[in-house]
Amino acid sequence: MKPAVRTGNHYITGDVACAEGAIAAGCRFFGAYPITPATEVAEHMAERLPDVGGTFIQMEDEIAAMASILGAAWTGVKTMTATSGPGFSLMMENLGLGVCTETPCVIVNVQRTGPSTGLPTQTGQGDMMQARWGSHGDYELIAIAPSSPQDCFYHTILAFNLSEKYRVPVLVMADEIVGHMSEKVVIPDAREITLVSRPRPKGRKDRFRLYQPGPDGVAPMPAIGEGYNVHVTGLTHDERGYPVMTPEAQEEMMTRLKGKIRNNLDDIIRTEEYRMEDADIVIVSYGISVRTGLTAVDEARRLGYKVGLFRLITVWPFPEERIHAIAARVKGLITVEINLGQVHYEVERCAHGQAATYLVGDAGGKIIHPDKVVSLIQEVFQP
Amino acid sequence: MAEKTTILNLTEEEFVHSGNRACTGCGLSIVYRIGLKALGKNSVLVVPPSCLTVLQGLYPVASTKLPCVNVTFASTAAAATGVRSAMMALGKDDVNVVAWAGDGGTSDIGIQALSGACERGDNIIYICYDNEAYMNTGVQRSGTTPQGVLTTTTPIKGKLQVKKDVPAIIAAHGIPYVATASAAFPLDFYDKVKKATTIHGPKYIHVHTPCPPGWGFDTRYTIKVGKLAVETGLFDLYEIENGSFSLSAPSQRLVGKKRPPVSDYFAAQGRFKSLDTDMVNTIQQQVDAKWAA
Repeated sequence: MKPAVRTGNHYITGDVACAEGAIAAGCRFFGAYPITPATEVAEHMAERLPDVGGTFIQMEDEIAAMASILGAAWTGVKTMTATSGPGFSLMMENLGLGVCTETPCVIVNVQRTGPSTGLPTQTGQGDMMQARWGSHGDYELIAIAPSSPQDCFYHTILAFNLSEKYRVPVLVMADEIVGHMSEKVVIPDAREITLVSRPRPKGRKDRFRLYQPGPDGVAPMPAIGEGYNVHVTGLTHDERGYPVMTPEAQEEMMTRLKGKIRNNLDDIIRTEEYRMEDADIVIVSYGISVRTGLTAVDEARRLGYKVGLFRLITVWPFPEERIHAIAARVKGLITVEINLGQVHYEVERCAHGQAATYLVGDAGGKIIHPDKVVSLIQEVFQP
Repeated sequence: MAEKTTILNLTEEEFVHSGNRACTGCGLSIVYRIGLKALGKNSVLVVPPSCLTVLQGLYPVASTKLPCVNVTFASTAAAATGVRSAMMALGKDDVNVVAWAGDGGTSDIGIQALSGACERGDNIIYICYDNEAYMNTGVQRSGTTPQGVLTTTTPIKGKLQVKKDVPAIIAAHGIPYVATASAAFPLDFYDKVKKATTIHGPKYIHVHTPCPPGWGFDTRYTIKVGKLAVETGLFDLYEIENGSFSLSAPSQRLVGKKRPPVSDYFAAQGRFKSLDTDMVNTIQQQVDAKWAA
């Protein structure tokens, strides 16, 4: 066995940093299917997991990959898969199963440009609404958007921690540039990494109820084979885990599934601010486009505009109240994202007419140049 | 079947422009060119993501002269079923509807759609070109990767499992025509594709296509490596026509003869370098037993 945490300074890609973050977070099962630009996550896991007593399996497609991590999660291990657009689409039904059965797991989507095969080797942020609503039905989950290889390391750990704590699939919404570029990644000492594990059942096994929530709305999770009664189903189920085909049971289950996220937004949502103190124009961005935003802020400030950046680290659940509050005190909100308007419309919704909202988008295939943002600012605002 | 095709009576008409985006020495580029000659211009191709979509090229160097529908990875045979059914509705029964997919698209993600088409008896030709790994994404193992092969997702001991016998799985559907072929024997492949165009119902041809970068051999040895796979008795060329099995000439002539050892084939490629002597002996014994039967 080799150490799970490769403490030190590294020069690695975001894909490799994701894999290292997962292993540091305690991931010991990885099932995936090769797809550009996420293949390197799988390739690195194939090399690394045997070192730490974990299991890597290349599955026969993405349906199987997603199914395998759900199955493995119920044995008590932390599990992950990695994919990109077309594979992400194939995972959607099982993603919903993961939400419904409250199965902790992490899905990395190294986004490329779609729709369909699109530009397989080029960047995009067009899967953000799919991340939110891609599986059928009404539900809540968590999605995190890394902006650098260093983020890939920490955000994958964060994804595991939130997934374990809230028993929900967590999506790491990277993109081709973040996934493929190499940068310095500092991996800290293992003792400096905080790890969270799923709540575990206590007490009499014969009285155990699989989905009886604790005080934070999350039910303790046993592993298959420990003696607790485990009946896992995607049918609407009661606290015991058994199917109940009534609207009342549906309402109770949905209240728990949505409540455990909606009632813990302050704990889940993570954002960052840059030069926001006196800003009256705010760029909202996430993932690789944050780097466009950072440069645009400095450029626009040089030209005399009071611009700041509001970064979404967690894109879902959406920081509705924060955006609403910001909109109340600024002239305009500019969303920068590599699609033709997805999170932009969420910003517009939450701004609720208090501030003007603008999109600096791109059809995909390239990072957005900061000049495009600065030009918009010069066009519509006075310094 | 009529007389065998030779280099002298092979049609000169080309359906693939010269100058495509295949790697140097690509086995697929050989069988694609020859296969399309056998299919002729009255054909439609249905292709999933694979090396073939790369070979077909980007505008303005797109290489294929036939209509081609590129579909999602899991859907090749199902999309071909759709094309076939619509052609029938239009009264165009004489068009060859040809699904052409790699070993990953056939043996792994696409096998459900292929099995469905075979079970329904859809009148399509399905050609699987088998380069024995996911080459388009940079050499990851597939269901048809042989045991012991190093890929980027079997990086330590090589693949532990044996090669999935896809032609046998498809033959078990009881379809009218199943054949195996090799890029090293292009005229044999030509005749098999030609025969498939004359048969009604599902037809399946599994063609072995050596891949220099994925297998680790010099680009000039594509034919040599392909021939070694057949001559060592590892990859057998045969037809199963209406349930009747017959070895094709390149394999038939090995019957009762001494075959080169499988180690000759393994030594010619980098991908087998983690195989130890015990494993090579075991595989040799398996091949000997197969040929003794």
